[in-house]
Amino acid sequence: MLRIENLHVRAGNRDILRGVNLSIDIGQVHAIMGPNGSGKSTLARVLAGHPEYAVTGGTVAYRGQDLLAMDPEMRAREGVFMAFQYPVEIPGVNNAYFLKSALNALRKHRGEEELDAMDFMTLVRDRMKWLDMDETLLNRAVNEGFSGGEKKRNEIFQMAVLEPALAILDETDSGLDIDALRIVARGVNAMRGPDRAILLVTHYQRLLNYIVPDVVHVLTDGRIVRSGGKELALELEEKGYVWLEQAV
Amino acid sequence: MSTSTQVVQDLARREYKYGFITDVEQDIVPRGLSEDVVRLISQKKNEPAWLLDWRLKAYRIWRTMKEPTWANIKYGPIDYQNMIYYAAPKRRPSLESLDEVDPEIRRTFDKLGIPLEEQKLLSGVAVDAVFDSVSVATTFKAKLYELGIIFCSFSDAVQNHPELVRKYLGTVVPYSDNFFASLNSAVFSDGSFAYIPKGVRCPMELSTYFRINARETGQFERTLIIAEDGASVSYLEGCTAPMRDENQLHAAVVELIALDDATIKYSTVQNWYPGDAEGRGGIYNFVTKRGKCLGVNSKITWTQVETGSAITWKYPGCILQGDHSVGEFYSVATTNNWQQADTGTKMIHLGRHTKSTIVSKGISAGHGQNTYRGLVKIAKDAGGARNYSQCDSLLIGDQCGAHTFPYLDIKSSTARVEHEASTSRIGEDQIFYCRQRGLSTEDAINVIVSGFCKEVFRQLPMEFAVEAQKLLSITLEGSVG
Repeated sequence: MLRIENLHVRAGNRDILRGVNLSIDIGQVHAIMGPNGSGKSTLARVLAGHPEYAVTGGTVAYRGQDLLAMDPEMRAREGVFMAFQYPVEIPGVNNAYFLKSALNALRKHRGEEELDAMDFMTLVRDRMKWLDMDETLLNRAVNEGFSGGEKKRNEIFQMAVLEPALAILDETDSGLDIDALRIVARGVNAMRGPDRAILLVTHYQRLLNYIVPDVVHVLTDGRIVRSGGKELALELEEKGYVWLEQAV
Repeated sequence: MSTSTQVVQDLARREYKYGFITDVEQDIVPRGLSEDVVRLISQKKNEPAWLLDWRLKAYRIWRTMKEPTWANIKYGPIDYQNMIYYAAPKRRPSLESLDEVDPEIRRTFDKLGIPLEEQKLLSGVAVDAVFDSVSVATTFKAKLYELGIIFCSFSDAVQNHPELVRKYLGTVVPYSDNFFASLNSAVFSDGSFAYIPKGVRCPMELSTYFRINARETGQFERTLIIAEDGASVSYLEGCTAPMRDENQLHAAVVELIALDDATIKYSTVQNWYPGDAEGRGGIYNFVTKRGKCLGVNSKITWTQVETGSAITWKYPGCILQGDHSVGEFYSVATTNNWQQADTGTKMIHLGRHTKSTIVSKGISAGHGQNTYRGLVKIAKDAGGARNYSQCDSLLIGDQCGAHTFPYLDIKSSTARVEHEASTSRIGEDQIFYCRQRGLSTEDAINVIVSGFCKEVFRQLPMEFAVEAQKLLSITLEGSVG
């Protein structure tokens, strides 16, 4: 469903991705690991269409379409979701209202009727249970004054409501304590299924104890230097990234 | 240029949808201002001698005054002798029947979404419609009168309730108050009048809709609202004007009087023509609004959403004279393209344990310049007075400006005054976050801005809050430069 070929990306005057190749089939969970500054988050953000980056080469096909030619909102409406590493605060905007607007934007794009408040709340309450979320979070402003853990949980909650075809989780585990990590993993696992692909971007193997990936890739210095099964993550944990960097 | 910037710029070029002109035969007085013109206006309105006298005093003092220059706004000289001070549709409707409104004018208000037939109106709102210099219709008058509430045009009040007008006119904004208020006092033509008797809670929203239509004409309306002991009323005004290349002057005066335990809530949604994207045309909006909390425990709340006008200069204030009286000011002021706003409030604490709250939200986009100017004055005898002020500015793009001038004049040692201020910019990150969730850039900006204004919109009556939010999104379109 996602095919990235020889992707080159630049931010400012620095080349960050230098020829990334990656294919993800529907139903799969892939993890991208790598040291700080390797370009993992850049890859996630480029797939979501962040305006800060310039794609200088390569192609990304998503369900047969040229993903890079699409506006960020069009990617979202076509089913691409990114859980942000640093979720943005939008003061004064009700969290539930925001999510309802987002959901209805997607539904409208798919030619479906907009959900009314009642149906929306039914859906939302169900998804909140997955994530042990406090219902008061719904009535607070989007991410405003949320703790780090609450913000991450809110991202996964949004994902659970929006039901994307391709979910990209950008370092969702960073800043989570072990209990929060378990809850977030439970939410993600509940989302696993034959009609969805998930791309986990993470620095640590820890997350992968809870969300077991089908494929693990190691990104170093803007390129994928090794791909393998879930064992690769354990090997990395033991030997560190230096092991691979030396191998390159 | 990022795509979001492009989208925003395209949005900005959207047209002002109230810019049409109504073709109706006008009764106008000769251009320019003189004692004769003042007399002529008074005569046309069949006014009593005391009122003409009051106008003339205002005119004479105005001639000695200079246009104020302290505001943070720039505009070319206004030629007061090249302006028309009175324009009225020729067919003056009878005051008794809405059916006699000129069909052309009725159509105008229909187009503006203000049908003048009572059965078509929101049942909870009574409307006084002011077209150029005169009130053309007031709905639900009879129904309100059953409760002893007087809601009519200012001219009608002068004819039918002269004792009330005479008792209160100029007691909050004297004819010598300031350049624009004095000008208004000399030539004001119409406006709304509301009187809520003792102990009555007005069962519906009172509303005045001001429409400027005539060319090269100033609009000088005057509104007077009196709430007797224990009375309460919520009042809303809306304004639009045609698109014209020349600037037009609007200099209004509003006076509110709240007696013991009375409550007045005054809301404004101001959408005068703001001029085009190059800054041509637009209304110069120089307005003096003031309320007096005369009685103990009285309360006056000003809520304003200022999206229109080339220039906005207004400081709706409260004189908190009665002990335990409360003044509130909630404001959203938006400037886009070349609009300029210098607006804020004055809270004058005279009584003991008086309280005031100021929440001001300024939004600047394009080349817009937005200034908050507010005075909190606490007199020596106003023991236990409290004020809370919050001024937030939001910038969209990098060619606009936000300015804040808070003035504090505190004479009482037991006063408590708090002031918070912030300035922020709509971040690309916020917009991207919204877009990643499927919202267009336009919707993203609307969502962010409405969140920013929430505390103020919450103060507006429900229907108008929705309207205000829509208006804001239209005004802001095309804003990142």
